[in-house]
Amino acid sequence: MAAHLSYGRVNLNILREAARKELREFLDKCAGSKAIVWDEYLTGPFGLIAQYSLLKEHEVEKMFTLKSGRLPSADVKNIIFFVRPRLELMDIIAENVFSEDKHHSSRDFHILFVPRRSMLCEQRLKEQGVLGSFINIDEYILDLIPYDGDLLSMEYESAFRECYLENDQTSLYHTAKGLMTLQALYGTIPQIYGKGDCARHVANMMLRMKREFAGTQNQILPVFDTLLLLDRNVDLLTPLATQLTYEGLIDEIYGINNGYVKLPPEKFAQKKQGEASKDLPTEPKKLQLNSAEELYAEIRDKNFNAVGAALSKKAKIISAAFEERHNAKTVGEIKQFVSQLPHMQAARTPCFPTLLKNEIQSLSNNSRQYPVSPVSASEAFFDNLTVEQEFMTGVDTDKVNTYIEDCIAQKDPLIKILRLVCMQSVCNNGLKQKVLDYYKREILQTYGYEHILTLNNLEKGGLLKPQTSSRNNYPTIRKTLKLWMEDANEQNPNDISYVYSGYAPLSIRLTQVLARPGWRSIEEVLKMLPGPHFEERQQLPSGLHKKRQQGENRTTLVFFLGGVTYAEIAALRFLSQMEDSGMEYIIATTKLVNGTTWIKSLMDRPESQTP
Amino acid sequence: MTKSKADEEDYWNSSKFKAFTFDDEDDELIRLKESRQAVNSIQRLVEEDDDEDDVEKVSWSGEPVGSISWSVKETAASNQRTDREPAFPKIPTDTPSLSKSQSGYSLSSLFKGETGGRNFQSFTDTLSDSSIRLYAPELRKPKSEYKDYVSDWSPEETIQRLQQGKTAPLEKFRSLQDKLLLLDFAVSAHDGNVITAVLIYLKRTLSKEVLFRELESRQTALRHFIHYLTETKDQRLLLELLSLLVIHSYLFTVDFYFFTAKDSAHVQDHYTLLERQIIIEATDRQAERGGKVEIFQKFPRRASILNMPLITTLYYCCFYHYSEPEGTYSSPLNIRQAFKISEKQYFVTALAARAKLKAWLDVDALFTSRNWLGFTRKKSPLSFQRVVDVLQKNSAPTQVLQDYVGLVEDPDMRISLAQKHKCHDIVINTYRDMKDRQQLLGYRGKVGRGSAEERKIDELLNNQQIRWKN
Repeated sequence: MAAHLSYGRVNLNILREAARKELREFLDKCAGSKAIVWDEYLTGPFGLIAQYSLLKEHEVEKMFTLKSGRLPSADVKNIIFFVRPRLELMDIIAENVFSEDKHHSSRDFHILFVPRRSMLCEQRLKEQGVLGSFINIDEYILDLIPYDGDLLSMEYESAFRECYLENDQTSLYHTAKGLMTLQALYGTIPQIYGKGDCARHVANMMLRMKREFAGTQNQILPVFDTLLLLDRNVDLLTPLATQLTYEGLIDEIYGINNGYVKLPPEKFAQKKQGEASKDLPTEPKKLQLNSAEELYAEIRDKNFNAVGAALSKKAKIISAAFEERHNAKTVGEIKQFVSQLPHMQAARTPCFPTLLKNEIQSLSNNSRQYPVSPVSASEAFFDNLTVEQEFMTGVDTDKVNTYIEDCIAQKDPLIKILRLVCMQSVCNNGLKQKVLDYYKREILQTYGYEHILTLNNLEKGGLLKPQTSSRNNYPTIRKTLKLWMEDANEQNPNDISYVYSGYAPLSIRLTQVLARPGWRSIEEVLKMLPGPHFEERQQLPSGLHKKRQQGENRTTLVFFLGGVTYAEIAALRFLSQMEDSGMEYIIATTKLVNGTTWIKSLMDRPESQTP
Repeated sequence: MTKSKADEEDYWNSSKFKAFTFDDEDDELIRLKESRQAVNSIQRLVEEDDDEDDVEKVSWSGEPVGSISWSVKETAASNQRTDREPAFPKIPTDTPSLSKSQSGYSLSSLFKGETGGRNFQSFTDTLSDSSIRLYAPELRKPKSEYKDYVSDWSPEETIQRLQQGKTAPLEKFRSLQDKLLLLDFAVSAHDGNVITAVLIYLKRTLSKEVLFRELESRQTALRHFIHYLTETKDQRLLLELLSLLVIHSYLFTVDFYFFTAKDSAHVQDHYTLLERQIIIEATDRQAERGGKVEIFQKFPRRASILNMPLITTLYYCCFYHYSEPEGTYSSPLNIRQAFKISEKQYFVTALAARAKLKAWLDVDALFTSRNWLGFTRKKSPLSFQRVVDVLQKNSAPTQVLQDYVGLVEDPDMRISLAQKHKCHDIVINTYRDMKDRQQLLGYRGKVGRGSAEERKIDELLNNQQIRWKN
């Protein structure tokens, strides 16, 4: 079920198992049959830990979604609320409990807060007069959730906002705790590097927590050699750019949440010809995206221009293999063929990689030089891309951009506008006051004055700002770190810049340089980026020093505080696979983001956005 | 846990401090509620003897490395009520315990004190013999019960315990200095929940003047406090706090609801806009109901204009109030002036609105500018390609479209647009200008047989004076 977690360099299934154990133990604490009332948001993250079967084994007979009014009837002994600590949810729970009392008096109530209890919530329950109705109030600490064989996420959406806008560093505390858990399972990480204020905080907390456990030595042989903590605000540029890997594009177009993508039903309609249209699905279909699907694992990190070729090559191999059954003569040969069957069948069934093939191909076939149809979606896509690339290469970043102006006049989605304007600002180390004022006025006039709060948030977060010094240091950073590669090879990449068709993500360049030749070589640039950079060492008991084999790879855990994109992950996987890199990367983050979800998390009242 | 019994008795006897609670203890209603709950808990005892251990809230604590674990729950684990331990778990000293940090927040105990009871542990009832506790949960326990309980944890240790989800009494910190130390340690622990816990205690035990004064110099705590008041909808205190901050102009250092001078101009604009919208809405609704104004009859308004963005309002006014004199609130020109709308924005909005109404003369007039000789020519702040786009979206007929397609400067773009919108003349003329005989020949197949277009192409192809490039 979760085998894909254990194939990687580090067996992340251990972490998952530990989390499942916790869950089972909580369920067993509420003896007897039970029904779970879910805060809908949580079903996603929980899905990464457990399936319904696990719950069923522990006498969970019914599952409901939390909503106001009366609870659906269920003949169970326990009602357990799985909720985030949110005040509005407490009010719903109170309503549920109140209307319940009149009808059944024998059911027991429990609350499981995820990921943590909160005073405010318990106080609210108390004010509502229902706190006393609960037999168990517990928390289920889901700090780091195994997401894939090399990927951990806290699924903590608001971390960036909390740290940079609200000055609330609770998410960092959780990060530190999550890292302590990880070290308890996988050994003390001897080297810690970091860049940024939040990174510094997390490292400090980790070291302090370690001191608090002084006297107790972790006896596990370290799996990770290095931990690299990176603040998202060290690299604000990368998430703003449109991701051009296959998985990144799926995320940009459809949105991947908790490892799932929801695809519109039309995508599944044209499968079989001649079938009556009554069978057409009407609901969006949810598909899980991870390395468990071999074909997907193979193409997810490719540049979208290389996906078509890879897929047809794969298709040829499979049908060739399938044809071989005619040639199989001996029993041994037939046996071998049969053993490959399930594998082939899986690849032959029209699965999601092919679903998006059309989109991707129409995007890549469409010539970039000249748009054929003036208003096609792909033209808009490439226009947008062209402007992004101009900004990233430093073309005219100090002027009002006509394309952005036109997009505003056409009332394109506000988030698209904000992504572009922020990108221009970041690539120009802040906008000239006149330019900034112009954009702001256009945005407020077109989308509504209430968005002034959002614009303020973006300024506070450093994404949108007036130029303070006359010196724009972005070109220096770009040149030193080689952030723009003129001839990025999308088909057979030789550099991480393929993930954005030319732009090499700054965060990953920092990671790459750290491994070789080391940060000392880029001191100047590091000083230009916000926050301190540092190195710490954690002492290992003498018996635990690794004796490294010749040629054995080192393992680095890269933790992105404030979010990471799929394209950045792809770039790190690319580095892991490079033969001479000598380094394997495991990735951890507060949340997987793209420009849209990230900007959205920084908006005030994003729902009031004009569609 | 080293304080002597005598000390403790002393403390509890001498202290005028009542355990920290959210409720007003003198409130009769609450008392009533409590006794009802006491009765309930007795009932439960009778009914659910077997599940009794579930009644206790669980304090989580540590477990050996190897499971992540918040799995050892010391209180709950003990099935026998008789050997129930105090609410704060013992720290397992013999295991390498990561799990200290993996814990729950027994913070509810902070604000329970005497009113606690219920199903949850409070300082008081944790220590009591459980049967006494359940039968009379609201009673003060004999002083001797506290002997092992209140310890002299320092502010730092207290915060650590709270972070680890263990109970730790805050009420022993009585001096202002201690309370502030507590707050500062909480802030440096970066744990929002603990910070809030301490703030609630401070709010409870400090006069607001003192609390506000101290918070002013502690921005992180201040933010948490503002957040707490916002969440709990304590508007009165929030207002008091904010106005105090304004008076001290801390708003500017705190950066809370911070508006620059530029921003305040936007806020002013927002206000002006709303004011206008209210006037326009009232007038137009009346006009619509009156049934005498033609445009409202022909194109009934679909929604109120209130709270719409400025450009939407401008569009509305270009639609319904286009030719009004500049002096009225709803005149597009007046709006453009008042809000300093850029030329491009004004142009594209007016264009879309007039095209929607198929008022092609108005559309035409938008582009017309006279030079000093009196010649008219079409000028646009927008590329003509975009103009065609806007017109086409509003389903302009070919005759209208072709005027603007012809003005697109780039010949390739012009041809591609002209082909798309079937503006044959433009295609033909452009190929002629490009001297592209082959393309023209090819296009002949696309126009109607025997049509005027075909004749025109033939004429051109036969024209000896054109020097074709192919």
